[in-house]
Amino acid sequence: MREFSRRHPVWAGVVALAVLILLYLIFAIWPEWLSDAIGSKKIFLNALFNGITLGGLYFLVASGFTLIFGLMRNVNLAHGSLYLLGGYIGFFVADWTGFWLLAFPVSFIIVGLLGVLMQIFVFRRMEGQDLRQTLVTIGISIVVADLMLWGFGGDFYNISPPSWLSGPMETNLITSQRVRNSGEVVTTYLKYPMVRIVIFAASVAIGVAMWLVLNRTRIGMLVRAGVDDRDMLSATGARIQLVFVGVFFFGAGLAGLAGVVGATFQSAAPGEDVRFLLASLVVVIVGGMGSIPGAALGALLIGLAEQFGSVYFPTYAVVLTFLIMVVVLAFRPQGLLGR
Amino acid sequence: MKRSLKTGASVIALSLVAGAAMAGGHDGPLKVGVLATLEGTYTALGEDGVRGIRTALAQAGDVAGGREIELIIQSTDTSPDSAVRGARKLVEQDGVDIVLGPLSGSEGIAIRDYSKTQPGVTFINGISGAMETTYVEPSENFFRFNTDGAQWSAGLGDYIYNEKGYETIATVGEDYSFVYTQVFGLVTEFCAAGGEVTERLWVPLGTKDFGSIIAALPDDVDAIYVGLGGGDAVNFLNQYQQAGGDANLIGGSIMVDGTVLNSKGDAKNALIGTPSSGPQADTWDDPGWQEYVKAYQDTFPPEERFPSPSLLATGYYNATSAMLQCMDTVGGDLTDGQVGFRDCLTNLTLDAPNGTITLDGNRQAIGTNFVSEVVEDDNGNLVTQLVAMKENVNQTLGIDPDAFAAIGLPSRDTPACQSSY
Repeated sequence: MREFSRRHPVWAGVVALAVLILLYLIFAIWPEWLSDAIGSKKIFLNALFNGITLGGLYFLVASGFTLIFGLMRNVNLAHGSLYLLGGYIGFFVADWTGFWLLAFPVSFIIVGLLGVLMQIFVFRRMEGQDLRQTLVTIGISIVVADLMLWGFGGDFYNISPPSWLSGPMETNLITSQRVRNSGEVVTTYLKYPMVRIVIFAASVAIGVAMWLVLNRTRIGMLVRAGVDDRDMLSATGARIQLVFVGVFFFGAGLAGLAGVVGATFQSAAPGEDVRFLLASLVVVIVGGMGSIPGAALGALLIGLAEQFGSVYFPTYAVVLTFLIMVVVLAFRPQGLLGR
Repeated sequence: MKRSLKTGASVIALSLVAGAAMAGGHDGPLKVGVLATLEGTYTALGEDGVRGIRTALAQAGDVAGGREIELIIQSTDTSPDSAVRGARKLVEQDGVDIVLGPLSGSEGIAIRDYSKTQPGVTFINGISGAMETTYVEPSENFFRFNTDGAQWSAGLGDYIYNEKGYETIATVGEDYSFVYTQVFGLVTEFCAAGGEVTERLWVPLGTKDFGSIIAALPDDVDAIYVGLGGGDAVNFLNQYQQAGGDANLIGGSIMVDGTVLNSKGDAKNALIGTPSSGPQADTWDDPGWQEYVKAYQDTFPPEERFPSPSLLATGYYNATSAMLQCMDTVGGDLTDGQVGFRDCLTNLTLDAPNGTITLDGNRQAIGTNFVSEVVEDDNGNLVTQLVAMKENVNQTLGIDPDAFAAIGLPSRDTPACQSSY
């Protein structure tokens, strides 16, 4: 950090100013002219937090995608189908057993195993042929989407979170304060959906755990070495195929996990697969293909852009995410944190 | 030798049969193309629309005017270009005589324009409900036997102002022609009754995360009108409950419909008690309606249908019924540019399960509208219960045609909220 500020004093100043403004916007009680200019603080805070929590969901989907790409150079375009399948599995597990939490491990394992099967029976057969692998994943995604439509129908599946998670939570952030004629001061605090906070916390925990495993363990070392130079790693005698299978299991499992999250605070239905595939593509292109911190940054940016866009300029909200992608591709084609 | 002789004979026999069928002209099977949204946000809606067609065909034994019906179903995804692509495939590749569909508002406008380039084919609208489809530059061969989105709002503005006592409302809806039309119908009636619409929020069709929209909903109004459909509606309700929303809701026609009321999960429970309006009310006790519900239930096993037909099924059912009746009238004869068939459609008085339907000069339906509230029935299903009815609703909503034209076409902020139009 000190290094950065010494090398780029202007940029460091701009970042510090932005952080200060953001902190002011979050904690201060807004003066009237500010509310008049950009709408109430409640709307702003909600857009901010929703953007961050939505980013958490995008991160879960995109991190598996970027991990698989980073190691195997396999652009898995069936990733969205894995996400949706995870959502459906989660719904039925939660519905039959009544335990919402159980949906997560079950989805993770089943979808992860499916990923392993894909790796062993499909991708291993065409190793090193990137384009062929990518085309095959498109085929798989179309077939799986139709199979799911056949099996689950076009209905909307929505997992109900347990009662301790449903409903809003009071926070300490003040959204507005007004003085009534009697002199009494009425303070309104921000209410925020409990389930979104929990989901965000969980995705942060998963992100941190992933970073620790990648940077502090032997397995992580193998994976990182494989990302840098696959051939050299296998020449040292590491069982590279086993690493591939493990990473595919984990990456696909994460998509399944994200599916349960998505079905809880949105819903699982045909078409969601493509939407999340597109979202994770944009996220990893912005963040940098193959980089986990990049996926986190990209997911945050895209989530915030979607939410702020939907409130402040709804007409162009759809374009905004792609605008970010275009700008990144124009000025930093390898992605913000890509190498 | 003997075997090849036999084969030769059967080939000749087969080709003779085929030849006879070809020679008969209008005796061969009738090719009917269907456009329905079987992918994307409105998948569940399109599926039920197709059930409506199958219900009508099952009642007729799959025969129209003595000709067997060959159904070709083409999926669309609510976008106008997917509808035109689907229609082109049906007309130019499969060579269908009649197209039933489409389902979604903006698709309807695109198909109206396409129909003008295909004068040899008759288009009967499925259930798309944008006003412009028949109101602006109508097409000679495009018939719509369902009332449009504004007609579906008839009676609602009056009901929520006078019966529910809502004086100010805000609206949130999907940003496309059908919901503009719905809000058009609501605003003209509600504002004429004395109410005020303070704000109109629009979200893109296919929005999944409504968190920020929900936060932006005004809290100083009596009720909020929600015009969303399919997956968008389910997501909104889910997130609305999670955010602790407790405002009074008013539902758009496809918001408070079987497709949403039967979704899996608890999200739909936020709708109990919500007033809405549309071309049907699930629990109407009219014998014709009950008979239709029974036919729908008998045609499909319980796990492959909704407990009772959605308005999408009813729309496609009525379109199919109109087609069947007129095919019988002309005896299956579609020669001479389908002129007899179209005359029959134009002058048809359709005795539909949801009330009598006739067409106006633009081939647009005049029909009955139903105001209803959501209740839980004895089996724990959510259904709409009739609270008021309005008969003979025409496309100009009873407003003088010139005054109606002066309001302008439905859009994000048309019509303005005025006390008279």
